[in-house]
Amino acid sequence: MKNNFKNIFKNGLGQLTIPIIAILLLVIFNLIRDPSFFRITIEIDNAGNRVLAGNLISIINAASELAILAMGMTLVTAASGGQDISVGAAAAIAGSAFVKVLKSGGNINGLIVLLAFVVAVIVAMCFGAFNGTLVSIFKIQPMIATLILFTCGRSIAYWINGGATPTVDSSIVKAIGGFIPGCPIPTPVLIVIAMAIIFKLVFHFTSLELFTQSVGINGSAAKLNGINSTWIKLLSFIILGACVAVAGCIGVSRLGLINHETLLIDIEMDTILAVAIGGNSLGGGKFKMAGSIIGAYVIHILTVTLYAMKVPSTDVKAYKAIVIIILVVIGSPVIKKWFAKTAARIKNKKASAPMKGAQ
Amino acid sequence: MKNTKTFRREPLTDSQLLMTIAICIFLVMYVGAMLIFKGGFLRANQIFDILNDNAPLIIVSCGLTIVMIGGGIDISVGAVTSLVVMACALFLNNGGNVYLSMLLAIGIGLGFGLVQGFLISYLDIQPFIVTLAGMFFARGMTTILSVDPQKVNIDPIHNLFETIHRGALVNTSIDPQTFNTSTENLTELVRDGKMTFFEAIKNMNFRTLLEGKIKIDWLGYTAPNGNRIPASMEYGVVIALLCVVVIFLLLKFHKLGRGFYALGGNQTSALMLGINVKRTRFLSYVICGLLSGISGYVFLLHTGAGNATNAVGMEMNAIAASIIGGTLLSGGVGNVVGTFFGVMILNTIKKIVVTSGLNAPWWQSVTTGGMLCFFIILQSVVIFIRSKVRRSRISKK
Repeated sequence: MKNNFKNIFKNGLGQLTIPIIAILLLVIFNLIRDPSFFRITIEIDNAGNRVLAGNLISIINAASELAILAMGMTLVTAASGGQDISVGAAAAIAGSAFVKVLKSGGNINGLIVLLAFVVAVIVAMCFGAFNGTLVSIFKIQPMIATLILFTCGRSIAYWINGGATPTVDSSIVKAIGGFIPGCPIPTPVLIVIAMAIIFKLVFHFTSLELFTQSVGINGSAAKLNGINSTWIKLLSFIILGACVAVAGCIGVSRLGLINHETLLIDIEMDTILAVAIGGNSLGGGKFKMAGSIIGAYVIHILTVTLYAMKVPSTDVKAYKAIVIIILVVIGSPVIKKWFAKTAARIKNKKASAPMKGAQ
Repeated sequence: MKNTKTFRREPLTDSQLLMTIAICIFLVMYVGAMLIFKGGFLRANQIFDILNDNAPLIIVSCGLTIVMIGGGIDISVGAVTSLVVMACALFLNNGGNVYLSMLLAIGIGLGFGLVQGFLISYLDIQPFIVTLAGMFFARGMTTILSVDPQKVNIDPIHNLFETIHRGALVNTSIDPQTFNTSTENLTELVRDGKMTFFEAIKNMNFRTLLEGKIKIDWLGYTAPNGNRIPASMEYGVVIALLCVVVIFLLLKFHKLGRGFYALGGNQTSALMLGINVKRTRFLSYVICGLLSGISGYVFLLHTGAGNATNAVGMEMNAIAASIIGGTLLSGGVGNVVGTFFGVMILNTIKKIVVTSGLNAPWWQSVTTGGMLCFFIILQSVVIFIRSKVRRSRISKK
């Protein structure tokens, strides 16, 4: 245990340094600004449940979709060295399929919700496979390949429900987007935890992580070592498809309706940002999924802090951009090298100072 | 022996081949539209309409092509365009000089280019993230600058016409007969999104510039009621075409332009050839920023008003146009003339969709997506076959 701590101090947290520092800075800033910012209370919601409430809970709750998408995006980024910019559009398609199946039957019971979810996952996986095929077999840059779905995805979602924005009124769907009766923690948060555990188990019991990293670092070298790099790339896009479906279903359940134009709008940029803030290289290779998840929460704490400071919602973007630039500048290799050099110089001075004193 | 070698024609480069494909497809598409739909497509006005509407997009796409040839990406271009439109509109409305407003536009664009270029090339940060932040910043600044619709005080005495003249755009969903100009009602309409405010420019010097058009009489047509309608081209189109030509020459003949290709093709080789890699990359972003500034001014020349939702999604359109024109995101391959035709293809497709009666809103984006898919796969196959042929030729030698 002691050794572990020593190692952390000695080597730093590696890739996780920047996101953790960012989250700490934001928390400290908020504590100074308004100590009651992090107060958590237990309140009774409309349905009569005892639920947790407070800024912190709402941050963690609201960042759920982003965190789930960031997990999938990390894999895609690591394997293909590019990003999928169609996640928002694909989530709209998955959400539309989800609602379409829900509305097709009479009354909504657990089985139908499960069926709808499975359909949404399959649909999103198919679109993921489409993107993946373009990237892995046709060797197209991921950003360009997913530009196709980015352009027409929301129109396909529009077409699925015939241009309407149907509402879903069901206690089960409400429970997915809000609270399960008797459980004070928001359900989306539980889903995020479940997804994280699933990924952890998959990485533990299979060699997916190793294979993905080796494909990302050098595809042809991985191929020579017997790894099917085409399949790994395709697989990463299919996994992202599943994540997209989960995020889309949460988004739909939260509001109880599908609006193809506004469901998870602009989330693709935030997702890529979360991956980058997490310290992952956008050029592929090594990755840490924990970093991306923390990155997603950093983005949301930042947004909520700005809201709490009474910044109008339309202006938030400008302030967000400044913080992002500061973060990436601190994390840039040139600045890191400069810091290391300065630290070494100070150390040398300290080392040479007593010698001077001895003379 | 030596003589025969000099007479052998050089094979087409990838850039030239992809550009040729784009131009051919545009011609086939346009001639096909002429034959099938006749009417509007037979008139020169159709081409001029497309050009007038898309002059800003052409300029932005040119800048993006340079960045993409250098192996980078800039997604802030649309947002910078929108910021320039808003800033210039406000500047002109507060009694600014027209020439100074041009300087302002160029200054904003150049500023974004310089900062982003510095961060990307000298601090070695991923271009996607830097320009994403640039996009957020520009969009945020646009909304900060724009008049907050809910706070606008509307004098209840003014009638509907004057309200519109002062810069309120009323959507068609409001019935003008029952329209109530009381302050509460207008505020409510704005809140529901049925009405948006923009900065309509009242500066008279600018308005003359705005309404000035180059009229080409012999290309026009005679309307059914006997009026002669000349083909008209806005000044923005001239600027756009000038940009295309200048950048074409820069990429083709100037040392810097060749440097962009070398940089995008292989960074290490470019370094070994003695190219200042950092400065070349920096300059590619500076030129791109400068062009977004110019594009913003051209946008203002076209619309004559600043609105917070101007040029939304322009960056993706510009990327799509560059790709269709044969620029590869991986760098080293591309041509600005191809990009010009990429913009034309994108918008001709939209015109064709509208003309053929597919008015449902999803058709345009679905056909655009399909078109992109077709081009991307075609390019990938072409590049693959060429590299295979080249490899077999080398192995034969």
